[in-house]
Amino acid sequence: MQPLSNLIAEGERLMVICNACRYCEGYCAVFPAMERRLSFTEADINYLANLCHNCAECYYSCQYAPPHEFAVNVPKVFAEIRARSYEKYAWPRFLRINAWWAVAGGLVVAALLAGTGPVAGADFYAVISHEAMVATFGVVTAFVVVAGVAGFLRFWRESGEGLARFFQLSTQIQGARDALSLKNLKSSGVGCTYPDEQHSQARRLFHHFTFYGFLLCLASTSVAAVYHSVFELQAPYAYFSVPVVLGTLGGIGLLIGPLGLYRLKLRRDPAIVDLKQDSMDISFLALLFLTSLTGLLLLGLRETAAMGALLRIHLGVVLGLLLTLPYGKFVHGIYRLAALVRSALETSRGQH
Amino acid sequence: MGEQIIDSDVVIVGGGNAALCAALVARESGASVTVLECAPPEYRGGNSRHTRNMRCMHEAPTDVLTDAYTEEEYFSDLLRVTEGETTENLARLVIRDSPEATRWMKSYGVRFQPSLGGTLHLGRTNAFFLGGGKALMNAYYLAAGRRGIRVIYNAEVTDLRMGAGKFESGRMLLDGQPAEFRARALVAASGGFEANLEWLEEVWGEAARNFIVRGTPYNKGKLLKLLMHLGAESVGDPKQCHAVAIDGRAPKFDGGIVTRLDCVPLGIVVNKRAERFYDEGEDLWPKRYAIWGRLVAQQEDQIAWSIIDSKATGRFMPSVFPAISAPSIAELASALGLPARSLETTVREFNQAVRPGHFDHQILDDCRTEGLNPPKSHWAQAIDRAPFRGYPLRPGITFTYLGVKVNERAEVQGFGSGTNVFAAGEIMAGNILGKGYLAGFGMTIGAVFGRIAGREAARAAAQ
Repeated sequence: MQPLSNLIAEGERLMVICNACRYCEGYCAVFPAMERRLSFTEADINYLANLCHNCAECYYSCQYAPPHEFAVNVPKVFAEIRARSYEKYAWPRFLRINAWWAVAGGLVVAALLAGTGPVAGADFYAVISHEAMVATFGVVTAFVVVAGVAGFLRFWRESGEGLARFFQLSTQIQGARDALSLKNLKSSGVGCTYPDEQHSQARRLFHHFTFYGFLLCLASTSVAAVYHSVFELQAPYAYFSVPVVLGTLGGIGLLIGPLGLYRLKLRRDPAIVDLKQDSMDISFLALLFLTSLTGLLLLGLRETAAMGALLRIHLGVVLGLLLTLPYGKFVHGIYRLAALVRSALETSRGQH
Repeated sequence: MGEQIIDSDVVIVGGGNAALCAALVARESGASVTVLECAPPEYRGGNSRHTRNMRCMHEAPTDVLTDAYTEEEYFSDLLRVTEGETTENLARLVIRDSPEATRWMKSYGVRFQPSLGGTLHLGRTNAFFLGGGKALMNAYYLAAGRRGIRVIYNAEVTDLRMGAGKFESGRMLLDGQPAEFRARALVAASGGFEANLEWLEEVWGEAARNFIVRGTPYNKGKLLKLLMHLGAESVGDPKQCHAVAIDGRAPKFDGGIVTRLDCVPLGIVVNKRAERFYDEGEDLWPKRYAIWGRLVAQQEDQIAWSIIDSKATGRFMPSVFPAISAPSIAELASALGLPARSLETTVREFNQAVRPGHFDHQILDDCRTEGLNPPKSHWAQAIDRAPFRGYPLRPGITFTYLGVKVNERAEVQGFGSGTNVFAAGEIMAGNILGKGYLAGFGMTIGAVFGRIAGREAARAAAQ
């Protein structure tokens, strides 16, 4: 692996070329942000790299792309810098969790928590007590939130903008809108140049399936928690109850989205990506897919004898997913959103 | 294996904007079309690859253009820059068809955007290609592929055979191997000769060796030479080329837009002897940058240096190579390889001649020198605040004016009436832009005449 300083220097070299050209400024938020600067610090390069959505339009449109001697390839270099920035901002920094070890660990924990008594019907808590489930997932979720916030703070501190500015309502709305609509992958309606030079909405579509699927699953879990603690309604819930409908819809999204993104990955132009990140990307997609698959199987087979085993597997996968969140591909969402808010903030100040 | 023979209703020689417009229109008309591009795929598109906009007439604001830009204003702008060296009927044809050409381009997936940062003065007159000229070419090539147009790369035309004023067949090198091509009509859209160093030296003498070619290395003017040799009438002064002063550290070819330097009006420009030689503040930079290529070409060793001080920082578009910086004029001189005492004298005399005024580099301000020769008429400010900075300047050639004469049907003149040889783009732009420069007009000529040539070539091929 090349030293980070080399990568940052390469990012800076590219931005100096791009800033003298500016043909790509209509494509995405990266180039207007670049134009607000005359020189580029390491923090600037990290910010711009995290603002980049890897749509690759600028690469295909670049008269300086390889084999030109200037060898400009912004999406690839920014992808490499992004991956390194995830390591840099991660908290605690020493912690690196391999996705598959996390799943194995999750399965072991789920097995250890599991009771041994006979189970009748869809009685989840006969397999693992509610208290054990809440305690385990509560601790892990709290850790994930703390780690995520710490990473965000490390990223934001580099901007030199106070925290109060991040929470400015108008920029929050703009940043959230750009993130939720994936505006920077839209390219004025025709979609991005991924997986290859022809414009396509495929990546945006499958990302929406994945992201909104994830949100729906989160919503399902939250509603279920409220049902349990406020209304004292115990799982399992009826097929047409709110948690099950939300979870099912989200689960379908998490089957279609990750599978679609993975298929695009198989066809993509290797010139525009950092191939070294495949294990990080694919393990995250696989964990999302497996979370959904095991969850839907559990739902479908909860009245059968397979329920006990399925519940343990599902909980193990979810635990594995949660543990890897702060150290895997998931964090791109945190830094991307923060970068979009920062870009909205800079734009709102009338800088370009 | 026998020699390859390409046979097509229409053969287009060239691979830039004009060539692809001709190819797409000829295909629309039902002809089979082959494009012979001498560059490999990654460098396809000639100098269109480096362009970024196209000058468009419009009566009212559009999605990307402000206000209005009428035919009369457009034509009078052309008359002003060419000093009358144009052909009015062809020029008006281009101007009038520019809105329709733009619409047509959009129908093939070409996307436009408002003017780029740093080019606000073009927001009314020029529609910018989203992503620039290479994105434009990508859209064309994608459309060409989908419509069954055959594109052959690394195809260099070496000879044309004509009979009774009509093209019959041609010879080429395909990936270096001799091959033949036949067609019922030929469109020449292969650009000028600005990348042909020998030809430039014939015209400019040894000075040409120090020229830098801003665009593609593939515009060697071979087809232009072949056509003139076969009897095509020529237009445009063969001794003229469009050249601007660019950063002297630019690569010999293909450096494109990023090698431009916009700091000239903010400081002084000196030659090898560290002496000034022209009024750096004569007029607004967009109106003057195109004369500096020639000015630098006339200096000893075809080199000059733009010298600014720290007051100029951030007032001009950033350039790709860093400024050479020093804490004093003497140290800057030695870093630039200039005689130190001479540069100190030049700067001192300049500083003493500067009269007080209100600096504003957006307008023709009242900061000027008095009693200095040559004077600096605007934006004259003492060069006195360290660090001092210098950029080397060299002449950078953009395009040449020599071309073949055409009529309003894009027929190459000199082969008799009813010829099946047509021309579009830079190879015939001299008919309309015989002198000077009008930003984005070359692309308009290419698009309009490309479409005409494609239509007429398909018609000729069907006869």
